[in-house]
Amino acid sequence: MNITKSFTQLENFGHSHSAPAYFIKVNIPEEIAEVFAHAQKTGLKITARGAGRSYNDAALSGGGIVLDMRGMNAITRWDKSTGLITAQPGVTLEQVWQKVEPDGWWPPVVSGTMRTTLGGCLSANIHGKNNFKMGTIGEHVVEFTATLPTGAEVTCSPQKNADLFYSLISGLGMLGIFTSITLQMKRIHSGLVTVDALPVHNLHEHISALLDGAPHNDYIVGWMDTLNGGKNLGRGQIHAARYLHEGEDPDPQKTMKLENQVLPPYIFGLFPKSILYMFMRPFANNLGWWGVNTAKYIASLRTHTFRQPHAAFHFLLDYVPNWELSYGRGGLIQYQSFIPKETAESAWSEMLKLSFKSRLPSYLGVTKRHRPDKFLLTHAVDGFSLAMDFKVTDRNRVRLSAMLQEFDKIVLQAGGRFYFAKNSETTADTTLAFYGKETVAKFMKLKKRCDPHGLLESDLSKRIFG
Amino acid sequence: MSDSPKPAPATPLNPRRRGIIIGASGGIGAALSRKLAREGFALALIDRNKTPLQILCDEINQAAGEPRALIYEHDITKYSTIPSLLQRVIADLGGLDTLVYIAGLIYFPKIDEYNFAEDQKMVEVNLLGAMAWTGAVAPLFQNAKSGQIVGISSVAGDRGRVGNPGYNASKAGFTNYLEALRNRLSRHGVSVLTVKPGFVKTAPTLENVKKLMFAVEPNVAADLIWDGMKKRRQTIYVSGIWKLIMLVIRHIPSFIFRRLSF
Repeated sequence: MNITKSFTQLENFGHSHSAPAYFIKVNIPEEIAEVFAHAQKTGLKITARGAGRSYNDAALSGGGIVLDMRGMNAITRWDKSTGLITAQPGVTLEQVWQKVEPDGWWPPVVSGTMRTTLGGCLSANIHGKNNFKMGTIGEHVVEFTATLPTGAEVTCSPQKNADLFYSLISGLGMLGIFTSITLQMKRIHSGLVTVDALPVHNLHEHISALLDGAPHNDYIVGWMDTLNGGKNLGRGQIHAARYLHEGEDPDPQKTMKLENQVLPPYIFGLFPKSILYMFMRPFANNLGWWGVNTAKYIASLRTHTFRQPHAAFHFLLDYVPNWELSYGRGGLIQYQSFIPKETAESAWSEMLKLSFKSRLPSYLGVTKRHRPDKFLLTHAVDGFSLAMDFKVTDRNRVRLSAMLQEFDKIVLQAGGRFYFAKNSETTADTTLAFYGKETVAKFMKLKKRCDPHGLLESDLSKRIFG
Repeated sequence: MSDSPKPAPATPLNPRRRGIIIGASGGIGAALSRKLAREGFALALIDRNKTPLQILCDEINQAAGEPRALIYEHDITKYSTIPSLLQRVIADLGGLDTLVYIAGLIYFPKIDEYNFAEDQKMVEVNLLGAMAWTGAVAPLFQNAKSGQIVGISSVAGDRGRVGNPGYNASKAGFTNYLEALRNRLSRHGVSVLTVKPGFVKTAPTLENVKKLMFAVEPNVAADLIWDGMKKRRQTIYVSGIWKLIMLVIRHIPSFIFRRLSF
């Protein structure tokens, strides 16, 4: 194996961090076993990488081997009568929904971008805007197979090898590498969802709207203006969506057609979105984003209800291609905290105020409603999450780092948790504190069993497990 | 090899450049190691003898208050061990941005002495070792489309003098090799810096050269080299006055040069 030629500089999603690694494409499970054997011989570490959509170092391994899983991208079985789909780990959510939607199905859980791969989705155990109702993607996995570093091939389901099922999903790729995944899709009766949009004027209203709105809806998501404080602190807009029942859509065959789902490539019918990020660059500063947030809030003051295709409702991150490039050379990072419903308001209020005081406001805030799940390295709580995007520059790195360490303390104190497709600065001490010693010990025991030589290691695992 | 605690992994807000220094325990080597560590680099210090390396490593880590340097004992003339050592070092550092080759030998022959054994040693360390290391790193940097290679050659490589044919040849070879590397790699975004020191106040020169023209302290040399690295320069003289001196020396016609005493 000549790995010298494959030395590649790999990046995170936010273009704020990169690390060189031996980037090796694998196409069949046997090749994964081959790389494991090579790693054991050379002492190199391995991590798998799908679409590279993590905001942090989950799919990076500086100086190690990174497996390019995008070659394993076949949907091997689709049964439109039962809604069961079996696919390889490099298959993206985009491939999945485009396969199942015309037949009247939709993935039960999707991320904010459709470019993520199933292997990555399971490793991070992603959630969507319906986490309070449908849980994480792992709850809809019927069965998967994985190659362990020992060379063993395991098949897991909630009944079979349950301990591995609940730990490989959410396991951040540290126990084994998925080779085949079977998911249960959800039946839909229209290509559209009904969306209610309503304004919220402060943090208390914001949280109440998420709490009260969730039980009556299939999806709920909030946008938070993170640049205005005082009595406006936490103001924003809530979008709550419901599936259409059978009969509500007079022509479901038409609305479920792919051409009615695709995000338009132009805005105002003529401006190509592919270059829009370039025009966003001049606004990527405190003043520019204050203007954008303020204008967006004013525009959102009208309460209204409308119907929207699934793809347009879910995949906001794909709405402006390459939007993450608008943050400039230093890129961006995302900080997401999951906080119990009782303490969320005071914790977020403290965090937002600290960001104003530090003059390091977030440019985009997104809130969601969550419920706990039983996966080993779970990030969910009975409460809410707030995701905040921060621009990274050479000048703000040190101050931003210090502020996020303060944020971590606030979140821990509030009984909150973190999600490792997102946070890039959370330390090993903080990680141990929120997972708890028992969970980490349990994980390490499974690690020893699945990966006795410690071959699977990413920059993320080095950071959070020390 | 290196069992000491590894440097902390880099994050977006705590980025970290990583460098290898070959010949780290010598005069310029130690000074540049301290300098780069102060600039936040995670470093792999490589040299033949462990004891001075360990002392330097402890000093650097203590000053930084965190693990920032790792040490590797390595005989440069064992060329075949280089690829696997390089792979391990990169894994330990968590990546690689910079390779600095400082290792060098000098033997001062008498004016009528031809000592092949000493010449061979100089070529092995000054040229072949340099080619083995920089040549192993070059394809990695080329594929990653980033990185910097720094070679400490010498003003001695600019002309062949009566005083030291073997040393002149080894350094001339290294200078040319670096130039060729630069021509190959700059189109891939990789920077190659050739450093040509004049006299530096280090042990071998102190013993053997009585008159030290424009000699600089190692830490001054290190500052100048770091400045050249930051500016991604192609060639620098240390100190700058040598640029002028060598400009003159390079243009002395042979019928005069061959009659000179140095």
